[in-house]
This record gives sequence, structure tokens and C-alpha cells, in this order.
Amino acid sequence: MPSDMVSLKTDVGSLRLERPGMVASGIMDETGPSMVRMIENGAGAVVTKSVGLQPNSGHANPCFMEVTGGYVNAMGLPNPGIDLFAEEMEVAVPAGPIVGSVYGSTPDDFSVLAARMEDYGASAVELNLSCPHAKGYGMEVGTDPAMVSAIVSAVKSAVSIPVWAKLTPNTHILPQIGRAVQDAGGDAVVAINTLKAMVISPEFARPVLSNRFGGLSGAAVKPVGVRAVYDLASVLDIPLIGVGGISDWRDAAEYIMAGASAFQVGSAIGTVGIDVFQGINEGLATFMEDYGYGSISSMVGVAHE
Amino acid sequence: MSDVVIIESVVEEAYDTKTFRFRWSAEARPGQFIMIWVPGLDEIPMSISGIDGDVKSITVKAIGGATRRIHELVPGDRLRIRGPYGNGFDLSAGRLLMIGGGVGTAAVMPAVTATGADTIIAARSDADVIMDDIATAHSDNVWIATDDGSRGFHGNAVQLMREKVAEGEYDCVLACGPEVMLYFMYKACEELGIRCQLSLERYMKCGAGVCGCCVMDDSRICRDGPVFDNDQISKLTEFGVSKRDECGRTVKFR
Repeated sequence: MPSDMVSLKTDVGSLRLERPGMVASGIMDETGPSMVRMIENGAGAVVTKSVGLQPNSGHANPCFMEVTGGYVNAMGLPNPGIDLFAEEMEVAVPAGPIVGSVYGSTPDDFSVLAARMEDYGASAVELNLSCPHAKGYGMEVGTDPAMVSAIVSAVKSAVSIPVWAKLTPNTHILPQIGRAVQDAGGDAVVAINTLKAMVISPEFARPVLSNRFGGLSGAAVKPVGVRAVYDLASVLDIPLIGVGGISDWRDAAEYIMAGASAFQVGSAIGTVGIDVFQGINEGLATFMEDYGYGSISSMVGVAHE
Repeated sequence: MSDVVIIESVVEEAYDTKTFRFRWSAEARPGQFIMIWVPGLDEIPMSISGIDGDVKSITVKAIGGATRRIHELVPGDRLRIRGPYGNGFDLSAGRLLMIGGGVGTAAVMPAVTATGADTIIAARSDADVIMDDIATAHSDNVWIATDDGSRGFHGNAVQLMREKVAEGEYDCVLACGPEVMLYFMYKACEELGIRCQLSLERYMKCGAGVCGCCVMDDSRICRDGPVFDNDQISKLTEFGVSKRDECGRTVKFR
């Protein structure tokens, strides 16, 4: 075990996390008890499944598929709706920091949902401006800087908890969108969501997912995510949270050195297992001690120097 | 990962139930399941109902659109499957008593053929009894229970289990069937002081332990299960009580 010389504590703006790795939205976070289990297994926080105004069953099966280097999914934002989600938050919030992920199609939707998450005890709210497979939501509202600005402004005036915007890599104007978040008062940018993707079955001569396309996650997207965070760090002053293909401490260190103050883990909860955070935390602490980084903040963005 | 397999044979198990055999080299353990793609309709989890070297099978009861479509498949047709997923049964748990209820019988059958253990097959009626021929070929003691008494023991699986546990010396019950059957079986096993491993079921999307939609309390049926033992089941407050729908809403059983 590493000594007490290094600390894994990190600050994402005003939010202090005891451990830098969070559960990414959409993985083991639809129910209160599963979120508690992830906190108990070493996650510093859990970002909830993206929740909307109404219950949503998501896309029909198949909505998930394993591919080389990761997964392609088109879950389609299944969730019980913000009213019923109160029950899950009631169970989860006492266990540790819970970040409420919300999706909507207008600034008003986002404001209402974010305020409810704040009422439920969320430590921060994460705006889903990036889901690639839900019509009228996600990246369809998150690739227009003016819309992003309107949404972030509206949410900022509706809540007092930190407002994070999760952005999509499926655009050539990521830095402009990041700037729109910052200029509208957003507290942090989370990058990246999945890459728009498709899988076709040659034998059946058709796309496998019922939605035809979905989003690629996992190890295959990590270099894309690291580059996105590096680009964002070059133009933004607000904190960044790195996500995309992290399964071990090296992956996490790459994102931190690219400019992320914290990171999220999704697919590796499937590929590695529930205990993925313990491995990352221990490996990161050992690396930091060996290489003389006393804190996460001393490592943030060092690849830019 | 996914594979495309070719159906080699189809066996009529009952008026509404068919077994589809195919060659698939993947390593599979008794109690595991696979996801079956029904192009244009659905993708559904199915227990592996037979493991004979490279020949595997699924046993499907026609109860909905996807399962009725699968019933139309004939030898030579292709099936896209992914898996196997889940933990499977622990066959080293001492003297075993296998129990299958309805089409749940399919999920315990690989454990029966692998061990030759004593087996109870329960069904509503004689016409609903499946796979008793396979069980009889591998096990010396196969008992049938029907709710209407049209064949074998007149009563349900739990009642017959109580009789057999009183007569024989079993260390562990391995079972799959309707949740109400498994719920009372678990209660009976606790009362009788006997271990059990029960194969549970919930609505699934990914099957691979990622999306979390099949959780019962904090346990993923697809990855932490589908087989759970007494100790695990004792912590599942939703077992026999409620399930989650496609949206993640809690739906009470009664």
C-alpha cells in the first residue's frame, strides 16, 4: 500500500471529492442500491443515469453490443422520470456525493430537472448535452453553442449546486462549445460522451442495434477523449472531468495530465468489474508516490508544460 | 462477444416449447445464459438448456412476439447470439437436488446432465412437462409433479421438494422456475436448514453487467447472478416482492 504521502483528494471547483474517480452516467446508476454499492467499492462519486421529465423505456433491444475495444450502445435514455427518481436519490445520497445527470430538449426542461436534483440532495448536476442516440436530446441540443449557452445560463439561475456540462466528441467545434459553457457560468466541463457508431451483421445484412446507430465507449475511445480534454484545457479556465475508456491508473493519469481534475469510469465497470475503482486508486497512489506527485492537483495539466 | 450459429436440430418438447440445438464452441457452464437476437423485433436472454461438448441448445416457450418468431426457425437457419453470460451453478455443493418449474426446467438441465443428480420436474399439467426424457437418461431418480395431478405427484414443486428432502439426504437444492415458486422454495430451504442456489430472472438490456437495468437491490442478475445462494438471497429485499420495468420503475408483484 502507498504511504500517506500522497492524497487522492481532488477539487472540482467547489466540490471536494475524497477519490478522483466517479461512476459515469448510465452504468450501475439507475437505482439507489446500485449507486451505494459503487461508492462502497471505491468510487469518489456517482453520476446518475440521465433522468428526464417523464418515464422513458429507451430503445428496444438489441441496444447493446460488444465490439473490439469496447461497447456500442443505444440504450435511448431509459429512466423512471424525475418524480420517481426521488426514491433512488433518497437511498443513494447518504452514501456519498451523487451527481444528478439530466436530459431535456429546452432550457426550461433542464432548469426544472436540475432544481429537482438539487432538492433531492445532488452534490452537482451534470447536463447531458451529448447522448448520440436520442432524437431531440443529447448531442442534438449540445452541438449548438447558442443552445448550450442558453441551457447552462438557465440552469445556473435555477440552482446553487455546481453545474457541469457533459459534451460530445461528435463535433468539430468542441472548444467553442466548451467556451459557451464557461461564458454562461458553467462550473465544469465533462468530456467525452460516446462516439456515434454502428454495427452491421453481414449474415443478416442489417444494423444490429434496433436504433441502427449508437455510441462507442471503452478502450477504443480513450485517445479521442484524452485529445478532447487536452484541447479543452487549452482554451478553458473552468475545471475539466475526463471520461472515455478509463480502466486502469495509466488511463486516469493520461486524462489528469491532459487537464482533468477528476475522471469518470463507465465501460470498465463491465470489462474489469465493480472493483475497477480500487485498482485505479491504488495504482494511481503508487504512481504519484513514485513520481513525486503529492496531490492530484499537482498533476493536472502537466502534459501542457 | 457475438457469434452466428446454424441450427442443427429442433425438438418439440411440448405443445408450446421447442429446443433448438446448434454447434457453438464457446465455453459454457451450467446455469449460464445467452442473448438471442430476433432481427427486427427484440433481443432476449435465454438459459443454455444443453451443453454437450460443442453442441449447445436453448429451449424456448412461445409466449410473446420474439419467442413465437424463434419458433419459426428450422434446421439450417442462422441465429446470432452473444454470451455466455452470468455465473452459473456451483456443482460442488455436496449432494444436489435439481428442481425445474415449467420452462425453467431448461435452465437446470445442463446441471442435471453434468451431475446425474436427483431431479424434480414440475409443471401445471402433464402436457407442460418438458425434458423429462433427457433427465431420465442421466439421472436415476426423476420425479414429476403436476399442479392438476395429471402425472406424477399431485401438487407443486415446493411440496414435492419437502417430501424428497425428508426422505433423502441433500445438501443443496438447485432450482429455476417462476419467481413465486422460487420464493417459497427459498423459504422452505431456510426452514429445513438446507442450502439452495436459485436462478433468477429480470428484464435485461445489456446482459453484460454494464447498464444496471436488471438489478435486484444492488445485484445485477446478468453478472452477479443469475444464480444466487441462500446468503445472497437473504439480502435481496426485492426477491419475490417487486421488479423493475424497462424505465426502471418499481412494479410490485402483489
